[in-house]
Amino acid sequence: MEKTIYLDSISATPLHPEVRKVMIEYLEKGFGNPISQHRVGDEASGALEAARAEVAALINASPQEIVFTSGGTESINHAIKGVAFAMAEKGKHIVTSNIEHQAVLRSLRSLKKLGYHLTSVPVDEYGLVDPKAIEKAMTGETILVSIQHANNEIGTIEPIAEIGKITRKRGTLFHTDAVASTGVVPVDVEAMGVDLLSLAANQFGGPSGVGALYIRSKTKIVPLLDGGIQENNLRAGTQNMLGIVGMGKAAELAREEMATRTKDLLQLKKAFTERLMSIDEVVLNGHPTRCLPNLISCSVKYVEGESMVLMLDEEGICVSTRSACATGSLRASHVLISIGLDYMTTQGTLIFSFSMNNTLEEIDLAFAALKRSVEFLRKISPLYQKGKGGR
Amino acid sequence: MAGYSEAVMEHFKNPRNVGRIQNADGIGEVGNPVCGDMMTITIKIKEDRIEDIKFETFGCGAAIAVSSMVTEMAKGKTLEEALQITNTSVAAELGGLPRNKLHCSNLGADALRKAITNYYDWKEGRVKETRGGKVEPLEKHDEGRCYCPYCQLELPEEAPYCTNCGKPTVK
Repeated sequence: MEKTIYLDSISATPLHPEVRKVMIEYLEKGFGNPISQHRVGDEASGALEAARAEVAALINASPQEIVFTSGGTESINHAIKGVAFAMAEKGKHIVTSNIEHQAVLRSLRSLKKLGYHLTSVPVDEYGLVDPKAIEKAMTGETILVSIQHANNEIGTIEPIAEIGKITRKRGTLFHTDAVASTGVVPVDVEAMGVDLLSLAANQFGGPSGVGALYIRSKTKIVPLLDGGIQENNLRAGTQNMLGIVGMGKAAELAREEMATRTKDLLQLKKAFTERLMSIDEVVLNGHPTRCLPNLISCSVKYVEGESMVLMLDEEGICVSTRSACATGSLRASHVLISIGLDYMTTQGTLIFSFSMNNTLEEIDLAFAALKRSVEFLRKISPLYQKGKGGR
Repeated sequence: MAGYSEAVMEHFKNPRNVGRIQNADGIGEVGNPVCGDMMTITIKIKEDRIEDIKFETFGCGAAIAVSSMVTEMAKGKTLEEALQITNTSVAAELGGLPRNKLHCSNLGADALRKAITNYYDWKEGRVKETRGGKVEPLEKHDEGRCYCPYCQLELPEEAPYCTNCGKPTVK
């Protein structure tokens, strides 16, 4: 079996070895419920609050403003629905963008069925939202603006701080989906001016299935999960202690190592980008500079995404695509359509995303395999010849 | 991987009959890049038999495997026999397809049928030369509903954009 070269960190980063270590330690000794009033409960709540402090420090928040969740999707659902229901008396209008993650779009769709109204602001060819367009879209009925910090398909980083100034001025709550960015690039809730922020551990070396929602003190919001008084009465249920302990460690490491990680990731990204441009009829998506350092969205014309993913997988290389066939939705990626790609090109888009485990050697091997796959698949493609004007 | 059978992976990695016959007796083109699948089959006929058959496909692993398999099943058969090939029989020869890929098996049988129909049309003087029927993406679509022009798949949910014209539907 050939060596695995994992270039799909945007789906889940490999577990950091130190995170694995503390999780194994916890598996061996910890089991208590933090809410219990005895020594075993105390140990658990100690671990819980230590992790909370680390996550808070990662985004410059106070620990009491952090609510642990089952991941990015739950955080996003809670932020959007929790605010929508709490603020229903004031208004029912929400502003968002065309390229948000499905967790945002579908949460909003559910709210639409309950009588809420949306305005979805378009993006430019780089995927950037115009803060002025957001301001224009806001009305006296707007209760929430939800704009992602970084896009998980094309990597573009949005002007959150500028939008934050606008929402502050208008006294409107501002949520940002920072799942793809937290732990990867600096995230500071004060500098951003956000009231709510969603994040997930498996984007920065932590385990899947755990995340957090930042809720600025005094924000009007109702819980998504009703039940016990956990998480300051905001999210009922005994916490995922194993996951949280892992997330706390991952947060600590992300904060300490962010500068070196960014430098290394950018090196890998630059090297791979240069190689990609040597293949003809290839398009790179997203903003060239205002983007995640660990992600490349690359559209290979005349070839379909899932067939490339399959060929690369045969050689041990793991990447992802959002082609209609791959996602099973039978639709093109809404992100790629929104930035103006034609349908055929959207179907041939691959997402390469790196972690600290990747090396330049792996980049070379992956690129060579990609080149072979593209050559092979273009020979089979009816569009390659047509596109080149032959026949 | 991807829930594909061994037969599918074999036809994907080593597809049979790739290419395009010059001066083909029949051309069948189906599919639509909108959905991410498109296939062209060309055939050469001799004494009512498919003497040669080739395919070109833009599509996922299942689409490529289906194309390869359908050409293998049709090669050497009489036109009548070839018209018996269905999407179900192609999928069966491949040891089955994942449920969300069954629509890819339609491509193969339909492209073959189109190529044969194209040959008959030419032979019986209905067309001057063999030309594949071009599938054009729909310019219009019903208000509020979206259809995939190839799969005729109705999209029941309110999509944030229309897959046909790309305009955002969320106002």
